[in-house]
Amino acid sequence: MGFGAAATMNSITIARSRQTRALRGHVMRKVRRLRLAVASFAAVIGGGAATAQMDFSGEWPVVRSQDNQDNPHLGEYVGIPLSREAIRRAEIWDASIQSLPEWQCRPHSAAYIKRGPSNLRVWKEVDPASRQIIAFQTEWLRSTNTPIYMDGRPHPPEYAAHTWGGFSTGTWEGDRLRVETTHMKEDYYRRNGVPQSDTARLTEYLIRRRFQNEDYLTWVIVAYDDVYLTEPLIRSTEYRLNLAQLVPPYPCTIVTEVVRPEGYVPNWLPGKNDQIYSFSDFYGLPRELYFDGAETMYPEYRNKLERVGATAARRAPGRE
Amino acid sequence: MLALSVCALAAALPAADAQQRAAQQQRPVQRGGESAGELHWWPVRKNIWMLVGAGTNIAASVGPDGVLLVNAGTADKSARVIAAIKELQAQLNAFGFLDVMQPQRGGAETRSRFPVNTHAPPKPVRYIIDTSSLPHSVGGNEAIAASGVTYTGGNVAGTIADSSEGAAVVAHENVLNRMVERDMPFGALPTETFFTAEYKVSTFFNDEGVQVVHVPNAATDGDSFVFFRGSDVIAAGDLFNMDSFPIIDVESGGSINGVLAGLNAILKLAIPEFRTEGGTMVIPGHGRLGDSADVGYYRDMLTIIRDQVQALIDEGLTLEQVIERKPTFGYEARFGSNSGPWTTEMFIEAVYRSLKETSKS
Repeated sequence: MGFGAAATMNSITIARSRQTRALRGHVMRKVRRLRLAVASFAAVIGGGAATAQMDFSGEWPVVRSQDNQDNPHLGEYVGIPLSREAIRRAEIWDASIQSLPEWQCRPHSAAYIKRGPSNLRVWKEVDPASRQIIAFQTEWLRSTNTPIYMDGRPHPPEYAAHTWGGFSTGTWEGDRLRVETTHMKEDYYRRNGVPQSDTARLTEYLIRRRFQNEDYLTWVIVAYDDVYLTEPLIRSTEYRLNLAQLVPPYPCTIVTEVVRPEGYVPNWLPGKNDQIYSFSDFYGLPRELYFDGAETMYPEYRNKLERVGATAARRAPGRE
Repeated sequence: MLALSVCALAAALPAADAQQRAAQQQRPVQRGGESAGELHWWPVRKNIWMLVGAGTNIAASVGPDGVLLVNAGTADKSARVIAAIKELQAQLNAFGFLDVMQPQRGGAETRSRFPVNTHAPPKPVRYIIDTSSLPHSVGGNEAIAASGVTYTGGNVAGTIADSSEGAAVVAHENVLNRMVERDMPFGALPTETFFTAEYKVSTFFNDEGVQVVHVPNAATDGDSFVFFRGSDVIAAGDLFNMDSFPIIDVESGGSINGVLAGLNAILKLAIPEFRTEGGTMVIPGHGRLGDSADVGYYRDMLTIIRDQVQALIDEGLTLEQVIERKPTFGYEARFGSNSGPWTTEMFIEAVYRSLKETSKS
């Protein structure tokens, strides 16, 4: 081996080592965020009931300090309790499916939109006679309007159509709003092919609070999905009131982006998709890590990562 | 007991008073004879309704011209389907939605006739369109058609004495052929068949054109979907099921590529209202109401499964080996079944066999 080659191998070794540490940090941050989300969720549901209600109207930019500003890696499934069938769906997912006409103008659905960086607008719809709130209307950039009905109407029967926003009803638990959402279309929990079924439902909590002279809205989302999740998925997002915000129009035009045979649907055959190793390869970790599903949500997972990380370091080029 | 979905009906009638709707929910209309049982109506758009629970979803156009059904359900549900149609018409009539007569409002005459009016009796079933020869599509033909009528006159009435007996049953001629093969009763057979790529109901029905599009070799060799052009609703029949993998009867000429061709044809026609949602609504053969996004997902799923099975065939695997490789894994918890009349293995076998037959030809 010449000097140049040895230097290259050393660089790879160092890079691999850095990547391993970076992964540990990356996953640990996710675990910490999850623990924060669980803690805030526990605080939310554990609080005593009060009679007060709250107004959520206003313009709410998302606080981009959580894990909502970077695109996920392909194969990055940590923190989501995916079923084996969900992992298969993610494995055979090809990102170029987004170029199909049927996919081009789709918004994010209710299970994901609150996790993206989209700005939020909320306004009240009031009964003209009783002056009671009929619904909180919610709108995110690049999405559809979704009312949260407050007038006690029932959810539609199971044979009704589903929408991206689903059908939401709200009830007060003190001054926080509990929202039940059903009738969503199939979509994703993360924008890298992680599927959300159309039978999933959400329980959400909206909490408005004031901190350091600013108004915050905490939106907690608990997703239940018998098809693609083995446990409930709990996530939260922070918004900060900014009345100068505008949610602009976001029109979309469907065009033929790629000339293909009629009926062609991009997809990978099982076992043939090397792109899903983007995440593990980037951080220098064994490729089987992302099959761990719900295990990756819990703090104990760091022990496994430590073991696996050490193995990965030993396997790194230059150490053999 | 009547289980007609009154709340669904009320949702479609914005003029109805909330108290009146609530009262109806508590005291559903009861009439003599057969009840609608566990059938439920759901409003789709304008005159188009979806009847759930009859063995297949039945699409119905209900209006001043009478009733046009897409598929007839299974034979054992016929009496309930007939009862459900009458119930729906009675309730629409109660709100004046089917009344073609207008209140007198000439000159100084401004009185309404409604306080003393009794409403016209329900209009008859005039057409049944069968989208395939499968039993849940044609099973109810005989009884439901017999409850309806075909309006005739002139030479036709004089020379064909029974031409006005019962509703017209429209289907691709392969549906007729398959039903004759199965020795189905004469009264259940289609009365109007076509062998071309499309068939149009000759005149507007309930204020819109009705177009029947043949899809060769899909669930069977006689499949069609029906496009209500004014309401912008497509009744997809067995091309599109929201609660199972599609039923493909290979013995009756069905194939996975035919189903996919049908779904792609629907997607070509459908236009979403906004952000790939709503717009053209699609009534599936089974399961919940859909739109073009749902059809797109279903098309994607079947294409992906087809591609996987084809790849395994290309590797030289037998049917048993293909089943063992689980090409439907990823979709089974949502659409699969290990029991009942249409299991996941039966679906994989149908895909495998139809692809093998395609490769032979």
